[in-house]
Amino acid sequence: MIEARNLTKTFRDRKRGEIHAVDNVSFRVGSGQIYGLLGANGAGKTTTLRMLATLLRPSSGSAIVAGFDVVTGAAQVRAQVGFLAASTALYGRLTARETMAYFGRLNGLGDAEIEVRTRKIADELDMHDFLDRRCEKFSTGMKQRTSIARTLIHDPPVMIFDEPTVGLDIMAARTIVKFVRECRDRGKTVIYSTHIMSEVEKLCDVIGIIHDGRLLAEGTLPALRAQYGEQEMEEIFVKAVGGDRVAR
Amino acid sequence: MNWKNILTIYGKELCDMLRDRRTLISMIVIPTVAIPGLFALVTAISFRVQQEVAATPPTIMVLGGEDSPESRGALLKNPRIAVQPTQGNWRQLIADKKLRAVVELPPGLDATLAGGGSAEIKIFNYEGEVRSDRAVREVRGIFTARGEKLVGARLAERGLTPATIRPLRVTAENVAPPEKVGGNLIGGIIPYLFLILAFTGAMYPAMDLTAGEKERGTMETLLCSPVGRVDIVMGKFLMILTASLGTVMCSLVSMGVTFSVGGSLIARRIGGDDAAAASRAAEKFASMTTLDPLGLVAVLGMVLPMVVLFAAVLFTLSLFAKSFKEAQSYVSPLIIVILMPAMIGMLPGVELNWRLALVPILNVSLASKELVSGVWHWELLALIFASTCGYAAIALSLAVRMFNREDVVFRT
Repeated sequence: MIEARNLTKTFRDRKRGEIHAVDNVSFRVGSGQIYGLLGANGAGKTTTLRMLATLLRPSSGSAIVAGFDVVTGAAQVRAQVGFLAASTALYGRLTARETMAYFGRLNGLGDAEIEVRTRKIADELDMHDFLDRRCEKFSTGMKQRTSIARTLIHDPPVMIFDEPTVGLDIMAARTIVKFVRECRDRGKTVIYSTHIMSEVEKLCDVIGIIHDGRLLAEGTLPALRAQYGEQEMEEIFVKAVGGDRVAR
Repeated sequence: MNWKNILTIYGKELCDMLRDRRTLISMIVIPTVAIPGLFALVTAISFRVQQEVAATPPTIMVLGGEDSPESRGALLKNPRIAVQPTQGNWRQLIADKKLRAVVELPPGLDATLAGGGSAEIKIFNYEGEVRSDRAVREVRGIFTARGEKLVGARLAERGLTPATIRPLRVTAENVAPPEKVGGNLIGGIIPYLFLILAFTGAMYPAMDLTAGEKERGTMETLLCSPVGRVDIVMGKFLMILTASLGTVMCSLVSMGVTFSVGGSLIARRIGGDDAAAASRAAEKFASMTTLDPLGLVAVLGMVLPMVVLFAAVLFTLSLFAKSFKEAQSYVSPLIIVILMPAMIGMLPGVELNWRLALVPILNVSLASKELVSGVWHWELLALIFASTCGYAAIALSLAVRMFNREDVVFRT
């Protein structure tokens, strides 16, 4: 379970002064649910997710992830979270098996447990052909599967995805989408940020529209359609953020 | 701090580094092959030049002396110089290095000397030029020997011995053990090399494990794990330290081999077929390179906290950079900062005192110079070791603080 309460992040910039990257954002995601955080580039999605993954400390507000506070129990939160983003890369000189073992150890798993988990994940993601090859030689699809394996090695109850399909071809993106669905089916709490409307429509149980750091709208897809009187997610988004000129 | 996590990170970084060709080149190939290779090349070239200079008689020209066949003959007969026919443009020939020296004999030289008088012989040369200097030495040697012979004859005529005009003879004899002489001769360069190698050995891994990881996106992956940031810093820091010490150790071993093998080869070449001359040359070379072994170990001990300081400073600076390239622009100028105090430490006459013992790098450089000569100032050594450890601890805590700053770690 994830619960964000008035989450705020302020950065100081020499030229622009104080910037509210995330401004009083509150939402709740239950187990077995996918929460879609939809927003344009620079809307505050990554900052919000980084705060939930304890990579950044909130300026104010709080968040509880899997029962732990992101400020006071940061290490416990990270042990309960699998974080996958376009910016989380793999070590090129390690093999897929070594990558899983490394992150397994960092998550406190023993060697025997790592071996069992590696075999299970490799079966599920069909990784046996390249398990002992170095990541630097992988295709995009292989890299994605290895990254997924890295996030799953400690079987976390919470999954955070930050624009995981950016720059991927259709097949690699489909692997990710399929994997996100499986996470929900296994009862994991999933939060998924994207700016791709079709992904939101296909995947998310609840959608939050974020713009300029503020959560402007939230609800299921049918509820948002009813609220804005539009069928297409793109039209709903544009209306929610205040029209074409603002969205641009 | 969780040592299990630190060792997990260290182990991964070590494995990663051993698979990286660039790190292996900077840590193993450069110190073991390139640096000793360059040393050997420079030494071989300088010995070859010296041998060539010794084997070829320098060309000289004689001005005047037509009325002094004895003096002129002494020059013409000497096989250690080659006398050329006199030409008018001799100044230009010396400047062009086509002629090494010109000897001007005054008119009536032989007659003046026979009459008991004295005369001035002038040598024109190219100052600082090796072959010209040798020509001057040879000509001076010929006339000095002749002068001494004349003095002896003149004194004998008057029933006196050479002791009459030279009542005192001053001689000097070295009583310092060979390691002290060696330490004095090459002691200054040892810590200088250690410091430079330690710094360059730490440079690449420091940049790769911080700015490089930020650039490649693996830093964020690592930060997602439940491991504490202090553990990440310590794991990476230990790796940088290993690379730095590895570079120093590889260099030490290869330079030891280069000196011992190269020294005996050079001695054999100097001696040629003469076994006694070869043995004398080998002895001379050995005395030049003999260092107090205990002192050498102590130097390593003194350099150790300095290596920690280097690793921590390089880590902090590189972490601040957004990319490997930016890190290079921060770190490269630091080499000058390291070189300057290390070079001052090499200067003759600069000696260790209480104030200099607190100046980082310079203190270790000066102390090391004394240690390899077998001189132990315990109080100063303790102060240097403690102060360097203090500086290293400050730098390391700064590295941890920097790693905890979001604006530094996520600076992209």
